[in-house]
Amino acid sequence: MSAPAASVPGIFGAAWVIARKDLAIEFRTRSAFLSALVLSLISIVIFFFAWDPTAVGAVDLAPGVLWVTFTFSGLLGMHRSFGVESHDRAMDALLVAPVAREAIFLGKGFANLVFVVGVQAIALPAVALFYNLPVGGAFLGLAGVMLLAAIGLTCVGTLFAGMTANTRMAELLLPVLALPFFVPVVMPAATITARLLAGRPLEESMAWLRLLLAFDLVFVWACTLAFPFTLED
Amino acid sequence: MTKTDLMTRSEQKSSLDWLAVVAFLAIAATYVRAVWFTPPELLQGYAQKIMYVHVPAAWVAFLSFALTALAGGFWLFLKDPRLDRFAESSAEVGVIFTTVVLITGPIWAKPIWGAWWVWDARLTLTLFLWFLFLGYLVLRGAVHEHETRARYSAIVGILGALLIPFIHLSVYLFRTMHPMPIVANPDGIDMPPVMIKTFFLALFSFTLLYAAFVRARYAIAAERDALDDAAAADR
Repeated sequence: MSAPAASVPGIFGAAWVIARKDLAIEFRTRSAFLSALVLSLISIVIFFFAWDPTAVGAVDLAPGVLWVTFTFSGLLGMHRSFGVESHDRAMDALLVAPVAREAIFLGKGFANLVFVVGVQAIALPAVALFYNLPVGGAFLGLAGVMLLAAIGLTCVGTLFAGMTANTRMAELLLPVLALPFFVPVVMPAATITARLLAGRPLEESMAWLRLLLAFDLVFVWACTLAFPFTLED
Repeated sequence: MTKTDLMTRSEQKSSLDWLAVVAFLAIAATYVRAVWFTPPELLQGYAQKIMYVHVPAAWVAFLSFALTALAGGFWLFLKDPRLDRFAESSAEVGVIFTTVVLITGPIWAKPIWGAWWVWDARLTLTLFLWFLFLGYLVLRGAVHEHETRARYSAIVGILGALLIPFIHLSVYLFRTMHPMPIVANPDGIDMPPVMIKTFFLALFSFTLLYAAFVRARYAIAAERDALDDAAAADR
């Protein structure tokens, strides 16, 4: 922590304080993280029983299992990130704090990113274990792709979670709104994952990787700019 | 203004909607021409005639979504409720036309491509566009406060416009990686003049129909907003 507690931090300092607050709440209760984790593990197991290993190889099935799991468990965490603020109208306290609204978004987004990466860090080894996957050689590439995709998923998911938190049926509305936006993230990520698991080099997937990177750049920027407009004045 | 004032006002306004009449006449003229005065295509036969529904509907679908995003963008700066009502009307009409595209496409694809659905780049893009704007409408339905609803819709509309190129790129990359056996090319560039004329007549009449639908839908939105305001004032 660079800024002393009494002074008003800059945009990134404020974002870090908010992210730390969210992560501290999550670390102490672990409610959402455990739910997301259990959901991931259960879906991995259900996928296994819906699978005929003589018809489809594990390497062909695993990318789909991984990305369906990451997408839905991630949504669970993002939905919660603004849910915690609705209790006791904590959101109002955040809004009157003398920090830029963009900082609130970046803080929430960063906490969500840590959440999604945390789920990924346990779900990937679980898939490797249950499906007997040779992940070893592709690990670095996979980790990079998972991080890039997690950035795209969390920035869009955080923005929509903030919007839907105040509506009725928020937990239904968030996936309906966010999933179309996840298409250009999940499609490259799943394709690259499939190729890496099949032992092909990352260089073969450069077009997909560029698409993923471009999505991250455009949407982190666009969602950060759009977030202040979602809040009431 | 009270609720009874509004009701009499809406009754007085129920005169003939000339735009809708013109649009329906244009649509009728298009199909008279398309069915009786335009020859069937050499290779595809009568199946090709669905183009006079499918392609104009697709044009209107993309037009309506572009205008929805644009109206949302302007709303963020002007805060004019008329822009939001227009965005709402345009999105709803757009969903209807996209549904027409998604229904007529497979009807044509079955005899020509041999499958109801192919994961072709354009098909997939249209499908996701449909999902995107269904989400938009669901969001509108879930928010009641006018300004909040307008604000949220504007943001989803603008982000949706940003998203379309990305979806297009990814489905394009996906398709080129897995080439599909496509028997016929749906591009209608080499059309004889008689078909081109019918085609442009269809484009024109569908655009008129879009305008008529949006106008009618806008009137409903305006009445609803006025009624909401009156109810709020009565309270």
